[in-house]
Amino acid sequence: MKLRVGFGSCGIAAGGRKVVEKLEAEMKNHGQQVELILTGCIGMCFYEPIVDVIDNNDKVYTYANVTPEKAEEIFNTHILGGKPLEQYIVSTSDKPYPILSKQVRIALKNCGIINPENLDDYLAKDGYKALAKVIKEMTPEGVIEEVKVSGLRGRGGAGFPTWFKWNAANKSKGDIKYVVCNADEGDPGAFMDRSVLEGDPHALLEGMAICGYAIGAREGHIYCRAEYPLAIKRLEIAISEAKKKNLLGDNIMGTGFSFDMHIKKGAGAFVCGEETALIASLEGERGMPRLKPPFPAQSGFWAKPTNINNVETFANVPWILFNGGKAYAAYGTEKSKGTKVFALAGKIKNGGLVEVPMGMKLREVIYDIGGGIANDKDFKAVQMGGPSGGCIPKELLDTPVDYDSITKTGAIMGSGGMIVMDEDTCMVDMARFFLDFTCKESCGKCIYCRIGTKRMLEILERITAGQGREGDIEKLQELAVSVKDGSLCGLGQTAPNPVLTTIRYFRHEYEAHIRDKKCPAKICKPLLTYTINADACKGCTLCAKKCAVQAITGKPKQLHVIDQALCTKCGNCATVCRFNAVGIE
Amino acid sequence: MCNSCEKQLETKFADGNVDLTLLEPIFAEYTGKPGSIISILQKTQEIYGYLPLSALQAIADKTGNKRAKIYGIATFYSQFRLSPVGKYVILQCHGTACHVLGAEKVGSAICDELGISPGETTTDGLFTLEDVACLGCCSLAPVIMINGETYGKLTPDSVRKILQNIAEAEKGGVVCEA
Ligand SMILES: Cc1cc2nc3c(=O)[nH]c(=O)nc-3n(C[C@H](O)[C@H](O)[C@H](O)COP(=O)(O)O)c2cc1C
Ligand code: FES
Repeated sequence: MKLRVGFGSCGIAAGGRKVVEKLEAEMKNHGQQVELILTGCIGMCFYEPIVDVIDNNDKVYTYANVTPEKAEEIFNTHILGGKPLEQYIVSTSDKPYPILSKQVRIALKNCGIINPENLDDYLAKDGYKALAKVIKEMTPEGVIEEVKVSGLRGRGGAGFPTWFKWNAANKSKGDIKYVVCNADEGDPGAFMDRSVLEGDPHALLEGMAICGYAIGAREGHIYCRAEYPLAIKRLEIAISEAKKKNLLGDNIMGTGFSFDMHIKKGAGAFVCGEETALIASLEGERGMPRLKPPFPAQSGFWAKPTNINNVETFANVPWILFNGGKAYAAYGTEKSKGTKVFALAGKIKNGGLVEVPMGMKLREVIYDIGGGIANDKDFKAVQMGGPSGGCIPKELLDTPVDYDSITKTGAIMGSGGMIVMDEDTCMVDMARFFLDFTCKESCGKCIYCRIGTKRMLEILERITAGQGREGDIEKLQELAVSVKDGSLCGLGQTAPNPVLTTIRYFRHEYEAHIRDKKCPAKICKPLLTYTINADACKGCTLCAKKCAVQAITGKPKQLHVIDQALCTKCGNCATVCRFNAVGIE
Repeated sequence: MCNSCEKQLETKFADGNVDLTLLEPIFAEYTGKPGSIISILQKTQEIYGYLPLSALQAIADKTGNKRAKIYGIATFYSQFRLSPVGKYVILQCHGTACHVLGAEKVGSAICDELGISPGETTTDGLFTLEDVACLGCCSLAPVIMINGETYGKLTPDSVRKILQNIAEAEKGGVVCEA
């Protein structure tokens, strides 16, 4: 028997460490040593902490939401007693949970399965065999051809064909070339790159080394955001282990091909996800984008030919070279091949990471895999593409998820973050939220991006503060066009998208804010009024006690009243009231 | 900049109270390595907890750059701070998922509990609160990270409890389970 515990950032945050400590203590108590594998994230984050028991026939029993007490029970009854605790099991390998069975896992194939800190685990899953095949049997051009056949497109946002970039870098003249991995994952709400970095770092390293061979580079640099300390630690371990086994470094596997790897920590700037800004940041400068061309393939890091790809893009590469481009292209749609990882978050039941073939309908992803909306509320929209993307409404739930179909809705595929919103999410507030983000993160180089987003933000702030004016919507649309046209990099070019899509699909919400001074979702505080319902109030005094500004008065057992002049609309009273007596209008 | 402000800034750049010898190992590691300024600043911040202006001056001198350039880099990136931080640095996520699930209420509770605003440090030097955009644990939103440890699925009450536990433990009291 073996034990496996999800030990990514999410598993740890959910309490995984206490579970592991308990399991270790139990082993000691009973003098029974059981192999304990700490893995990355399997993607079922809503079930964390997750404990798998793997029996001697390799059957996997998955226990969800494990507490230290449950862990003790699992150890005693299942490990020692050999009796599975059916009541806690959510999935077994012969009857997997729908969230797993509907997936095709390529980039995530090892995440949550192997111990990312143990190279032997990766090797046992055919690790570094693709690299061996590539450097021993294939030409660089042959590798690029295979990637071309696979149809792989960049997973970092723009969806550019990967082979094309590799080919350009391969054709570029120069002795020194670089492979760079974009692990900046700046889109708030996306965490697939973190999961790969934490759960299967060798897949990334192998993908990068294959790319190095294909373009003629001997050095790789990973630019990883500093907010991912665990990812950086596991990458460091992976690099040093791989070097020890001569899978990286000089003269790999005796073939004469050398490839070294470096990690650079980001310092917190969203714009550094843009490739030219990222290169500037790698060089130690302020991360300001520059005009293309020249493209990085001609002149990138230290003005040398550089190929830059996203983490997930690289993580697909070993599988493609091992199984062949054709096998990869068998998944997906005509123009979007293979699989894509999506991060489901927001008001969704089963938040987590899922990898599905391209072309699956949004509805299937959100309902069949994601389990639908939390608390059985009504679906309102799904946000895709983060600050560069848009909100897709209910009417378009049957849109297939591939690059082109998503772009048609006005959103973008982006890195694959899907934030699900229900009836309680205010779309004007969402537009304000994203613009606040892009406005803060604009590097300031382009005037339209720096000042245009600011002006748009001011209008949205006015609208959500109840001071919207007729003509505001048109002004926003006009500014949006100017900001798109007047910006050099993708940040400014796409910053208006969240505003434009919310106007396109939820114009009535804007109008309610501007004309009726009402927030239909009851989010924008200045537009709300809190009142206490005379029929429901029992005079329990709790709201008055919890009111931070003493705006509520009333004697015990008598009706309480909110003084509107004092009320700051913090909503405490509504939260604490046990009789649902506080009404929000 | 007015004269007196400039003078004040000048004294900070020349502040003799900061032990600059601590920078020596960093210089030794990065001398002759181009493109290392961000890494040098990160290591410097690890030592002092922030970037003293006098350290920026020393880095400028050592790397042969104008201090305006070093200052420019230090203020471009949100990770760098120019003033000291508390023993516990709370990063509060205001990413999309956290926003949708009530990060604002959690933030208000933290501010209220500690009596500070984002970007500030408590007077006892224990806590600093900073806003960030996404910690990558979106499925556990709303999320905060305290000194590298992530806490998820927070409510205003649970976050207060976490902070109270830390404060309690610091006082030498008993840590109760959250
Ligand atoms: C403002 C902005 C932010 C970006 N952030 C990221 C990011 O966090 N991660 C990423 O992989 N690509 C990001 N990109 C896309 C990169 O510029 C680049 O297209 C990508 O890294 C190329 O890799 P791919 O072809 O594998 O997708 C960003 C682009 C822009 C304009
Ligand atoms: S949005 Fe808060 S962790 Fe991602």
